[in-house]
Amino acid sequence: MADTVQIDSLVDLVEMIRVAQADAVIEHKIEFGQLTVMLTRSGLVEVVRFLRDDPRTAFVNLVDICGVDWPARAERFDVVYHFLSPVHNLRIRLKVMTDERTPVPSLSGIFPAADWYEREAYDLYGILFSGHPDLRRLLTDYGFDGHPLRKDFPLTGFVEVRYDDEAKRVVYEPVNLVQQFRDFDFLSPWEGTDYVLPGDEKAN
Amino acid sequence: MAEQQVRNFNINFGPQHPAAHGVLRLVLELDGEIVTRVDPHIGLLHRGTEKLIEHKTYTQAVPYFDRLDYVAPMNQEHAFALATEKLLGIEIPKRAQLIRVLYSEIGRLLSHLLNVTTQAMDVGALTPPLWGFEEREKLMMFYERACGARMHSNYVRPGGVHQDLPDQLVEDIDAFCEPFLKVVDDLDRLITGNRIFKQRNVDIGVVSLDECWAWGFSGVMVRGSGAAWDLRKSQPYECYEEMEFDIPVGKNGDCYDRYLIRMEEMRQSTSIMRQCCEKLRTTKGPVHTLDGKVAPPKRAEMKRSMEALIHHFKLYTEGFRVPEGEVYAAVEAPKGEFGVYLVSDGTNKPYRCKIKAPGFAHLQAMDTICEGHMLADVAAILGSLDIVFGEVDR
Repeated sequence: MADTVQIDSLVDLVEMIRVAQADAVIEHKIEFGQLTVMLTRSGLVEVVRFLRDDPRTAFVNLVDICGVDWPARAERFDVVYHFLSPVHNLRIRLKVMTDERTPVPSLSGIFPAADWYEREAYDLYGILFSGHPDLRRLLTDYGFDGHPLRKDFPLTGFVEVRYDDEAKRVVYEPVNLVQQFRDFDFLSPWEGTDYVLPGDEKAN
Repeated sequence: MAEQQVRNFNINFGPQHPAAHGVLRLVLELDGEIVTRVDPHIGLLHRGTEKLIEHKTYTQAVPYFDRLDYVAPMNQEHAFALATEKLLGIEIPKRAQLIRVLYSEIGRLLSHLLNVTTQAMDVGALTPPLWGFEEREKLMMFYERACGARMHSNYVRPGGVHQDLPDQLVEDIDAFCEPFLKVVDDLDRLITGNRIFKQRNVDIGVVSLDECWAWGFSGVMVRGSGAAWDLRKSQPYECYEEMEFDIPVGKNGDCYDRYLIRMEEMRQSTSIMRQCCEKLRTTKGPVHTLDGKVAPPKRAEMKRSMEALIHHFKLYTEGFRVPEGEVYAAVEAPKGEFGVYLVSDGTNKPYRCKIKAPGFAHLQAMDTICEGHMLADVAAILGSLDIVFGEVDR
């Protein structure tokens, strides 16, 4: 019962957005009782402002911003926004697409909380945000190179850090693994791994 | 004094400072003793949890959640389990729900005990941590008796919980509750009315409710500012609907109100734990889903049933596959709303697992909250935000 009420209000919500900001909405879907709305980049800020300021929606709480990487797509990044409306007890997920070079309008003017979330997305994915006051790296090391959560960034990274007793300082060196990270391919298990397992060199 | 000799002062607070609650580096700009700007530098504990999870099966991803907010590990696992179960579309048995709720509340006690007492220590009191940690030790024993580890439990798994609780353990947890309430009362008498504690906390770090929402706060932070918002009540998961408890709400949104709320939440959690113990005595049955494609079989069964053996082998090598889709699941962790945004591409590994940590949002407001406060208040405010770096840095 509670679920159906929730779905009904989500459907109403989509209608409201479509009436107010018709150009911005690309598509929407309701899965697992959760609403996702795909938006155009240019329409994002206006939709968020509408959702926050209209008393019928009142999405005043920015829960999260994150990137998702789909390297096969032309616009490879999804930027996913989660909002919460404490008054109506509703959640909404907004999505825009972008690539490495096209910036997404920043929400930091509307929600101060967007500041760090956008810095994080920039740090981990290299997604650019236009109008962000201070788009620095956030989580990675000072002077870090690359965007680690991209799918083409290796899990082990490129450099490793240790304290060098002779140089009396921390040194950065290329990663040297004693054992390969074993990433098995379970989608086609009979093909096996694409690297030579240690000890298998002599088998052929 | 000549004009040009007056200048603002920059200091580094942390990363090795006991009041920084971990590895936080704050760059503070001071005008005399007044803080004019705070720039938190985080990421010193960044381990790339989200990247690692993308390379592990769903079962292997669970232990990473213990290491986020390592003060209340099972609450995090719970959020991940809820997200995975939502994608899988499975319902877990009643007894598993009760155990999860019981241990979530134990986690809440663990976290609040640590926070309340160390906040008292940050402002100069040494006794509360000693009293609080004694109780934490007992609670960690309950963790150990349920799953074998004091902190990194790996107990709440997609599909239910790992093992059933022995009857004696439920009795012991129930027996713990009554004396514990007395300890909370003792702490209450020790700190709440204390003059120094009040001087250091009342009207310090005031946040209005509108600011709270805009900054993305959750949990105790919004309740301290006057919103009766608790995911356990407003968007109940598991069997919280059946539990009877109250949500304490503050009026002023200062550090002292947040402290009071944590104290009251401990009492409420104890009451929930008792209700769980009561129900666990009568509710018997399986503690994880009986879907063999998700939860592993019992060892005894494996000795006799070929199918169980195959299931076991497949689950511990390949893991289970999760249907395509995306889902956001949140729990009311002790520190606020802990959420997991899970994207699955239909394989045995999560395609993307974004962890929404409450402390992250709280910490980024440090600049706004601290502005105009004294240097010594920074430690008090940081304490009342309840930051743990495992979850902020991920």
